[in-house]
Amino acid sequence: MDQKDILKEIGQIRSMMEKSSKFMSISGLSGVLIGCLALIGAAVAYFVVYGTKSEFGYRDYYVLDEQVIWKLVIIALLVLIVSVILGVSMAKAKAKRSGQSIWNPTSKALLRAMAIPLVTGGLFSVILICKGIFGLVASSLLIFYGLSLAAASVFTFREVRVLGVLEILLGLLALAFPGYGIVFWSLGFGVLHIVYGLIVHKKYER
Amino acid sequence: MSLDLTLYDKIFENRVRLQIMSILMANDSYDFNSLKELLEVTDGNLASNLKSLEKKGYVLVTKSFIDRKPNTSYSKTAKGAKAFENHLIALENLIKQQYK
Repeated sequence: MDQKDILKEIGQIRSMMEKSSKFMSISGLSGVLIGCLALIGAAVAYFVVYGTKSEFGYRDYYVLDEQVIWKLVIIALLVLIVSVILGVSMAKAKAKRSGQSIWNPTSKALLRAMAIPLVTGGLFSVILICKGIFGLVASSLLIFYGLSLAAASVFTFREVRVLGVLEILLGLLALAFPGYGIVFWSLGFGVLHIVYGLIVHKKYER
Repeated sequence: MSLDLTLYDKIFENRVRLQIMSILMANDSYDFNSLKELLEVTDGNLASNLKSLEKKGYVLVTKSFIDRKPNTSYSKTAKGAKAFENHLIALENLIKQQYK
């Protein structure tokens, strides 16, 4: 065995360890699309709250209106559902191209890692809404989402960890500056996803 | 200088066995079908290589049922992990040797 063979063998060991423990089928482009979707959702939410008639800065409605709350919840859920469908189907397509399935031990580990902070954050927000503490919803969603990304990052691209930390920071900022929830929400779920998606796409998908 | 080949493990000369062990080193356990998909080998090839690792005591087999379907998963034993680490050291030494 000469040196080239050994180096090749070590390379194979490395790639197998990585391939078997990291889920790389997440599509960068789906991140971009999900980010755009979040921005559209935020824009719609803005008009629901601020209305279309009045000048900037004056709200037609207040978030305390029960009808407005329901509209916002429905918008958020719609964005969430379409994003999940988009993310999963594009990951499926990407996995198919490399001859893998998306339901494998790494994707299961990824979901398990994400589930605890994500479900906690979801329930936390539902409780906040039920108690009428709307001002904290945007920041807690961002913080818990960031935590779940940081937890999941062990099983996928390293960039996800950075994304998670940035989401947490934005969540904390949203907490410090109440009333600007929608701004931080658009930055976190919109802009950050788009930037992250472009980086992943450029780095891994060419 | 003499080369210490006691750490070198002949069982890992086979590419499939080396890769199986790499996967088991990076994960707590892995099931048969996922191994097959990742390694892109036939059932028979994979099964016989897993069998030989099992016989050596490097791999632990756990059979269970998931949704009434049989599921076989594999994990490394302490002995297997040690052997793999030693094998890596041996490879490393081989490289160092050739640099001299």
